[in-house]
Amino acid sequence: MKPSDIVKAQLMDAQDMERTLARLARQVIEELHPNDKSAAIIGMHRRGVYLARRLQTLISDFENIEIPVGTLDVTMYRDDLHRISRKVQMRSTNIPFDVTNRHLILVDDVLCTGRTVRAAMDAVTDFGRPARIQFLTLVDRGHYELPIRADMVGRVVPTIPGEEVRVQFNEIDDREGVWLVTRGSR
Amino acid sequence: MEDVAPKAETRILQHRHLLGLSTYSADEIQLILSTAREFREVLERPIKRVPTLLGTTIANLFFEPSTRTRISFELAAKRLSADLINFGGSGSSLSKGESLRDTVQNIEAMKVDMVVIRHSSPGAAHFLTRCIKARVINAGDGAHEHPTQALLDLLTISERYESFSGLRVSIIGDIAHSRVARSNIFALTTLGAEVTVCGPSTLMPLHTESLGVRVVHNLDEALHGCDVAIALRIQRERLGASLVPSMREYHATYGLNGRHMTMHPDMIVLHPGPVNRGVELDDEVADHERTAILDQVINGVAVRMAVIYLLAPGAAE
Repeated sequence: MKPSDIVKAQLMDAQDMERTLARLARQVIEELHPNDKSAAIIGMHRRGVYLARRLQTLISDFENIEIPVGTLDVTMYRDDLHRISRKVQMRSTNIPFDVTNRHLILVDDVLCTGRTVRAAMDAVTDFGRPARIQFLTLVDRGHYELPIRADMVGRVVPTIPGEEVRVQFNEIDDREGVWLVTRGSR
Repeated sequence: MEDVAPKAETRILQHRHLLGLSTYSADEIQLILSTAREFREVLERPIKRVPTLLGTTIANLFFEPSTRTRISFELAAKRLSADLINFGGSGSSLSKGESLRDTVQNIEAMKVDMVVIRHSSPGAAHFLTRCIKARVINAGDGAHEHPTQALLDLLTISERYESFSGLRVSIIGDIAHSRVARSNIFALTTLGAEVTVCGPSTLMPLHTESLGVRVVHNLDEALHGCDVAIALRIQRERLGASLVPSMREYHATYGLNGRHMTMHPDMIVLHPGPVNRGVELDDEVADHERTAILDQVINGVAVRMAVIYLLAPGAAE
């Protein structure tokens, strides 16, 4: 969360998140073809990476299936770079497997406009030609600007302009859960 | 990240241009290095190109002979999907008597966003910033600065050492004529490294100590406890015959050889290239596994991508 955020409501607490993540992990398992070892998860920076790792652990715990996880930063593929002079800090892209012919599950914490997913699809196809790409998100807040939808959704949260959804993970934040906030003046 | 709108986690360069590293802060240098590491990863991909700077036009103005720096900038621009114009000194309008100011203003009139300049006059890059609105990157101006060379050296060092703080770096050779040495001294001292410069007194400027470095004239003294040795090229084309008695004598006194690599088993060696084999480095050192010349070359592309990316103007300007 940012210091300027004004909390409107808490959407999930740590326990809710645990439950939802468990369901999403089972949904991913359902999607896997039996005996198909091609599946891989790619977490999108920043919190998609932690979400991806959680899912990896849960999938391993439930069914003893080991799925590799990669991380992706889409900054270089953003479609608004020429409009802004402020540069966003890049984070590491690390895809330790060949994506060609793989079943990729892109993971991000929040789906809003779909532009990040668009950039992510461009980025992963520069690494190779995946057999299939799916998209999983913890919160779908819906202000789509592109014909992109999530295949697996934790929770749908309709929002109005000015509102933001903040997902917090113990790994990098001082608490865990999902909050609806408005951006205060900066 | 939840969508592609600008977010708070933004670090920026305080500078509009890269003229030299003397005014760059440690934060700015570290931002360039961390950005360069991400671009370094791009260079390992099957498709080594990202669409980041589609629509940005860069002019490469090289008024002095250069192969690797020019190609490195060219490749960096292309890897970022920017458009690039190459402009050389000979055979161009400059040889027809056009002034530098007129040349660059004509080029800028073609809607160029950034200019990379290599020129024999110190301050040429700074002069450009006063004539044109485009962002300027100094690719070497006389004996003044060559900031991207120093940045690629720093990136190479940072791949082998965790921190610059207290790192002992010795720069060996022609300090007086070396823009690489000056840029490295500024950047390394800013990041907290302990810099020693070493060379014959004919190639050592007066008052070098005022840059915050240790000055020695004996190679063994320079290499004692040294983590990184940066050997500078003896610029035969710039040197009058009188400053060094002979290349052979220079090698005997200041050249790095296999014995030095054995005596200093942790030391890495950098060289900006092109190497005069048998002068600055003997064959054993030039091909040694702790000599990082080829890493420097690839890091040069990554660092230049980072600098171009971080300085590229937004459309709002």
